[in-house]
Amino acid sequence: MTHELHDITLVVNGRSHPIRVEARRTLADAIREECGLTGTHLGCEHGVCGACTVLLDDQPVRACLMFAVQADGRAIRTVEGLAHGDTLSPLQKAFIEQHALQCGYCTPGFLMLGTAILEQNPDIGDEELIEILSSNLCRCTGYANILRAVRAAAAAMREEGVA
Amino acid sequence: MKPAAFRYHAPRTEEEALAILAAVAPEDGRILAGGQSLMPTMAFRMARPAHLVDINGVAAFGLLAAEGGVLRIGPCVRHAMLGAPLVGGPLGALLGTVRRHIAHLPIRTRGTFCGSLAHADPASEWCLVSATLGAEMVLRSVGGTRRVAAAEFFQGIMTTALAADEMLVEARLPLLAEGTRSGFYEFSRRPGDFAQAMAIATFTLDGGVMSAPRLGLGGVEDRPCRLPAAEAMLDGQPPSAALFAAVAAAALPGLVPMTDDPHRLRLAETAIIRALSRAAGLPE
Ligand SMILES: Cc1cc2nc3c(=O)[nH]c(=O)nc-3n(C[C@H](O)[C@H](O)[C@H](O)COP(=O)(O)OP(=O)(O)OC[C@H]3O[C@@H](n4cnc5c(N)ncnc54)[C@H](O)[C@@H]3O)c2cc1C
Ligand code: FES
Ligand code: FES
Repeated sequence: MTHELHDITLVVNGRSHPIRVEARRTLADAIREECGLTGTHLGCEHGVCGACTVLLDDQPVRACLMFAVQADGRAIRTVEGLAHGDTLSPLQKAFIEQHALQCGYCTPGFLMLGTAILEQNPDIGDEELIEILSSNLCRCTGYANILRAVRAAAAAMREEGVA
Repeated sequence: MKPAAFRYHAPRTEEEALAILAAVAPEDGRILAGGQSLMPTMAFRMARPAHLVDINGVAAFGLLAAEGGVLRIGPCVRHAMLGAPLVGGPLGALLGTVRRHIAHLPIRTRGTFCGSLAHADPASEWCLVSATLGAEMVLRSVGGTRRVAAAEFFQGIMTTALAADEMLVEARLPLLAEGTRSGFYEFSRRPGDFAQAMAIATFTLDGGVMSAPRLGLGGVEDRPCRLPAAEAMLDGQPPSAALFAAVAAAALPGLVPMTDDPHRLRLAETAIIRALSRAAGLPE
């Protein structure tokens, strides 16, 4: 077995993290352990729950289903990058206002998935929105409030002219 | 839940990728495409490849082009790319409908069409599309190139014609003629889960009767299949609920389901009827 180490740079939320990892290190583990950004959660570690969802070049991906070496130099966004200082993103605010979280374990994954939806398709129809949100699992909320939060954030962004 | 150690290779050209694969295949060296099936298997330690050949850096593998009557699909074309806006026409419409049933968006942004075919899960939607439409697979190793028809490519549960040192360098899907109607129906327990039964129907309507019908069934037998006897019953007939029910009933006795779950055949029957009804625009 080979435990060869690779020197790579993960660019997370615009900041470069030069790190040294084994090839088998998943992107999720490298973000948490080597970059110290523990907002990205791990639930199942095999692609089912979506807790580890991050944006890779603005596309939502499962960070447990990529190796860190594959993300060398690419633009990664995690939940830590959503707020500007103390100002939460419209989606983060909506999650609080609409009670879209309880224990919060799934929340970083849903926020990144929701952020991708709002950036790519802010006028998304209900059927498609429900289908895309079914990508991730939440054991607490029953999903209805998460759906409402994405809708509320889309409306708030439209009003502010962000979208 | 962590993959075992392996040696990572990141070739930049097809030649390099095939040369590395030839060298590492005897030690269970494998191709890493989207990783959306391989990585879960490695996380469970059901697979412990000693080498991975990551093909994501080979620019030419992004090939996606309609040429000479076929859609040419390279090894790095993601699920999310198949359908509008990148693939148009009746084939693009069918692929776009089917795509929504494959896993979830964050998996569709990474997983590849060719990876699905190489993985050959009996419940894979792209395998069913390939079998129904009669895709041709282009297999290549350092030793040369072979072209294999879908009917010979799929050989059973997660078993294909690919040798250990061979790569699926291209899948070729026949384009559907203008005016071709298609219908897809899948039953799964939750959106994004693997299909328990699914069917695809395509035909054209000329003067009120069906011609060039194709009917395929997936998720029931150990590989996706076309149903030629059912196609013969449809050819030259006007679409009707009664005919579709008769076609589905006639198809059941010939099936060899993977499970002895009695519901599986009923789901197959329903999938066939609904795929045909959707293609015909009849109520289900
Ligand atoms: C939660 C979840 C749900 C899913 N649901 C579905 C679903 O509903 N339907 C469905 O069809 N799939 C589903 N999948 C699987 C997904 O579609 C995979 O993307 C696909 O099965 C494999 O493609 P890949 O590119 O990810 O291949 P990889 O995971 O990279 O590879 C899979 C296998 O194929 C080999 N391989 C890959 N490319 C080639 C090639 N070009 N030539 C030779 N060998 C190759 C690899 O060596 C490996 O053995 C799901 C996955 C997850 C995690
Ligand atoms: S931890 Fe990645 S999908 Fe569950
Ligand atoms: S808030 Fe607890 S899992 Fe979603």
